[in-house]
Amino acid sequence: MGRNNTVAFPQAKSPTGADTVKGFFRFVLSELKPKGKILTPFNVISGMIILGGLILIVIRFAYGLGSITNLSQEYPWGIWIGFDVVTGVAFAGGAYTLCFVVHILNFKKYEPILKATVLNGFLAYCFYAGALLLDLGRPWNVVNPIIGNAFGYSSVLFLVAWHFLLYTICQFVEVFPAVTEWLYWPKVRKYAKLCTTGAVIFGITLSTLHQSGLGALFMMASNKIHPLWYSGNIPILFFVSSVFAGLSMVIAESSISHRVFRAQISPHHHASFNDIVLGMAKGALGALFAYFFLKMIDLIHGSHWSLINTPMGHWYLVEIIGGIVIPIILFTIAILKNNVRLVQFTAVITALGVIINRLNVSVIAFKWYLPNRYYPSWAEIWVTAAVICMEIWAFRWIVSRMPIVNEHPAFPEEETIHHKETEVVQWKVSAS
Amino acid sequence: MTISRRKFLEVAGIAGSALLVGGRKPAAAAGSAQAAQVGHAEKSGVEFYGMLVDTTKCIGCRSCEEACNEKNGLPKPEVSFSSDSVFEKKRDTTPEAFTVLNKYPNEKEPDKPIFVRKQCMHCNQPACATACLVKALEKTVEGPVKYNKDRCMGCRYCMVSCPFDAPKYEYNSNLPYLKKCVFCFDLVEKGEKPACVEACPEGASMFGKRRELIEIARQRIYQNPDKYHPYIYGEHEAGGTSMLFLSSVPVEKLDFRMNVGTTPYPEKTTGFLYAVPHIFILWPTFLYGLSYLTSQKNDKESEHGKE
Repeated sequence: MGRNNTVAFPQAKSPTGADTVKGFFRFVLSELKPKGKILTPFNVISGMIILGGLILIVIRFAYGLGSITNLSQEYPWGIWIGFDVVTGVAFAGGAYTLCFVVHILNFKKYEPILKATVLNGFLAYCFYAGALLLDLGRPWNVVNPIIGNAFGYSSVLFLVAWHFLLYTICQFVEVFPAVTEWLYWPKVRKYAKLCTTGAVIFGITLSTLHQSGLGALFMMASNKIHPLWYSGNIPILFFVSSVFAGLSMVIAESSISHRVFRAQISPHHHASFNDIVLGMAKGALGALFAYFFLKMIDLIHGSHWSLINTPMGHWYLVEIIGGIVIPIILFTIAILKNNVRLVQFTAVITALGVIINRLNVSVIAFKWYLPNRYYPSWAEIWVTAAVICMEIWAFRWIVSRMPIVNEHPAFPEEETIHHKETEVVQWKVSAS
Repeated sequence: MTISRRKFLEVAGIAGSALLVGGRKPAAAAGSAQAAQVGHAEKSGVEFYGMLVDTTKCIGCRSCEEACNEKNGLPKPEVSFSSDSVFEKKRDTTPEAFTVLNKYPNEKEPDKPIFVRKQCMHCNQPACATACLVKALEKTVEGPVKYNKDRCMGCRYCMVSCPFDAPKYEYNSNLPYLKKCVFCFDLVEKGEKPACVEACPEGASMFGKRRELIEIARQRIYQNPDKYHPYIYGEHEAGGTSMLFLSSVPVEKLDFRMNVGTTPYPEKTTGFLYAVPHIFILWPTFLYGLSYLTSQKNDKESEHGKE
């Protein structure tokens, strides 16, 4: 859509030259070249992981899923679904949470990290939900629920599939202004900005439904999931936990990219960074509390006390205490003491707790009664690592080119904010 | 509520008759002459067929397995169908065998072991067909749950959902399909018996209208109270299944799944799915209102500030 618009926009001399079709391709090609040192330890290691992963993927498509995975008739879903998709999407929940806070509640304090978070969410959907294609037996038929003549509306997966697609588009719309700034398409940017609020509202609605939908997927597996994890409230539990999963991921991720992309980050962002992290910790703490009580309601309603003192019950306690209670305590201490380091540390623990929870529902507590349990093959883990590395590469490529963690000098932030939001301008002044 | 729900199920491609013919209460099934006229059954004039397997009559000849193998063009098994050595361990269905016999000791008559068929149960309201997002698995009006292989994308959500773990997958193929018994739906549509029933020399497997088979099964139990354990497996399991089993010993001793419950599996997700349109209307309204209010508040404050 953008290219045609830009051709008819000659008066502003484009510094990128991307305002013609030819110039667009020339500019994108020139940007494809890597920036900075190529042979860094990270690049070498992640490059080897990706290369190995690609070889494994070729083997998987040539000889079938059984060739490299430990999937079986008893365990149709392994970590490619349980970790890549179910956990990856939960971690991407930070995008809709922050969009809600910034665009709906108008807390502009969190705006400096919003673009990076939404970009991360977008890439998470592209890569982690995209990894779903590796798990499909006939991935080319993935278009069937979208264009097919047979819509299985009664399926939760139908809902999830559509929502993945629509939400990925929403996130792209939210990120798109930064793309237009990178390409220097001021006119397109103006229109792209107008779509943001709509995309945010639609995106939050979609997220609510498919975050919970991922939980609802397992509701028909009622006789296969351990009663401590199976509950009629799985959809609500998945939704609420996606809030703190997303926020803790944003805390962890922004702390890392804050160091890696230090040079690109604007000074006022540096000044407000600690404040932002503490604010997100408060949000995560609230969601954790709510989640803890929901879990306890399930435990009490299900009267599963007798199951606590079994091996699976002990594992349940590890998840509840390690993944919820300890984070609640640590977040509380960190917030009271304004300790950003402790917040970051707790965010990592919370994220681990979420991984354990999602894997429990989808893999570990799934058919816990069988003598021959599923455990991932090394190839499944390797491919998962490769997908993560690819996502990091894509994120790094975009952040080092597009104005994600900073503002484009030609498009200052004031212009984008409604004029009457004086609070923000005041904040920016005080920060600088 | 009932009307909207019925309509939903129709739209959702679940045979409406499933709700009624496969009713959970025996009274509903028996006295559903009028009720069964609703939904697809009304339009098609068909009611669900089923299969009654009387394990007291089965001699373990494996003719059903062989007939199934031929009918579905499956590869020949390593152990021939005339060999009894397969009974040494318990078998499950595989992508190459859609129905398998297992042997169990008979506590009533120790010299007469019990043979039980294991295969897809063809639920009245199948979890797999509900789970399938491309309708590759479909409940036909006649009762069989059939598989449209060209639509399948291989997500295996049906396998996760099926309470009986009936669908099997070709993990070692680069062009995999789902494999399971489809109740010879092509034959049933023509009014013929499935291949396995046709092949059964003892009349242990019996084909007919599900409602009538339940009557026959009850009659057998009433008339031979010493011979039969008074339970028809499949009458209420998972909301009722087309496969019905009679046995001389309690069914839990024959590895029948006793944890499937009597709720039709699709009902486990309907609550969530019904909430979706509500959220889709309420959330955007709420969110837009909230964003409007928060920005209005700023407006007023700044105006007051100027004054």
